Amino acid sequence: MTQQDALINYCLRLGDSSLILGQRMAEWCSNGPTLEEDIALTNVSLDLFGQARTMLAYAANLEGKGKTEDDLAYRRSEREYYNTLLSERPNGHFGDTIARNFLHDAFLYHLYTALKNSKDETIAAHAAKSIKEIAYHLRHTGEWVVRLGDGTEESHQKIQQSFDDLWMFTGDLFEMNEVDELLIKAGIAVDLNEVKKNWDSTVNEVLQRATLQRPKDDYMQTGRLQGMHSEYLGHLLTDMQYLQRAYPDATW
Amino acid sequence: MDNIKDNQGDVWEVFVQSKPGLPHKHAGSLHATDKEMALQNARDLYTRRNEGTCIWVVPSNFIVSSLPEDSESFFDPSDDKIYRHPTHYVMPEGAKHI
Repeated sequence: MTQQDALINYCLRLGDSSLILGQRMAEWCSNGPTLEEDIALTNVSLDLFGQARTMLAYAANLEGKGKTEDDLAYRRSEREYYNTLLSERPNGHFGDTIARNFLHDAFLYHLYTALKNSKDETIAAHAAKSIKEIAYHLRHTGEWVVRLGDGTEESHQKIQQSFDDLWMFTGDLFEMNEVDELLIKAGIAVDLNEVKKNWDSTVNEVLQRATLQRPKDDYMQTGRLQGMHSEYLGHLLTDMQYLQRAYPDATW
Repeated sequence: MDNIKDNQGDVWEVFVQSKPGLPHKHAGSLHATDKEMALQNARDLYTRRNEGTCIWVVPSNFIVSSLPEDSESFFDPSDDKIYRHPTHYVMPEGAKHI
């Protein structure tokens, strides 16, 4: 594997995770629990789409085959996607979404904080720009975790269940392979073991404030590095790519 | 329908300062469960397009407003005391920057 190939794969991982989570958040549009929250959830969606565009455009550019960000978003099948398994989890109820996004936001926050020092200028600039948005996302979901966890008996029980259900997908966030190895040596990627330490402390602190139990690390579902996904990504892509599949090359 | 209760949280008033040094202006209102959520909602609703540099949120029930029926006693009296208006005084010849 060349460094170029590794870099393309790395950008797809970053871009795909934002794209898929952005698509999930867009599903909340007009379905939020309150008007204010509806707007917040869709704002997050738009932030994530913006982040996805930067990385997908960069990946397309690196590939040098004349593809665009749209080709990468709308013309890949699920096996060609490298998003985190957590990002493709269904929205469920509001607490499920908050728990999922909180775990993911904390991951992106510490990942991008480290990537600000990447030797790849585009990734460093992307991380510096995105971290402002992600810091806000993390604050938003973290505060909601506290309010739901430390809320009514029912909300506490529900969001505890959300964390218990989602926990098996958190191991996937920190999986690494030869792509990481190659890029870490080049000073471009970051060691996810380091990110994990910071993620642990953020997650522990918020769960404690929320009076919630951190689930035990048991069986962890992985697979994103190989493009192996859960049963949900295919359905999400059918929805997202419908227009491109039904009317290839359609223009406005 | 007295039995219908609003379950969206309390109402807060939002004041946004557009630039440092300028007064905060009332931007609108929103629902939130507490001050932290009120600030976050205000950020989402009223400052996403670079409208501001600082946000104040105040629970609506903390605001005391004058009432329409008080308007005579509150706002009328100065009308007949023209010396209270700057236009009452004759400007001295040659006075600049007033």
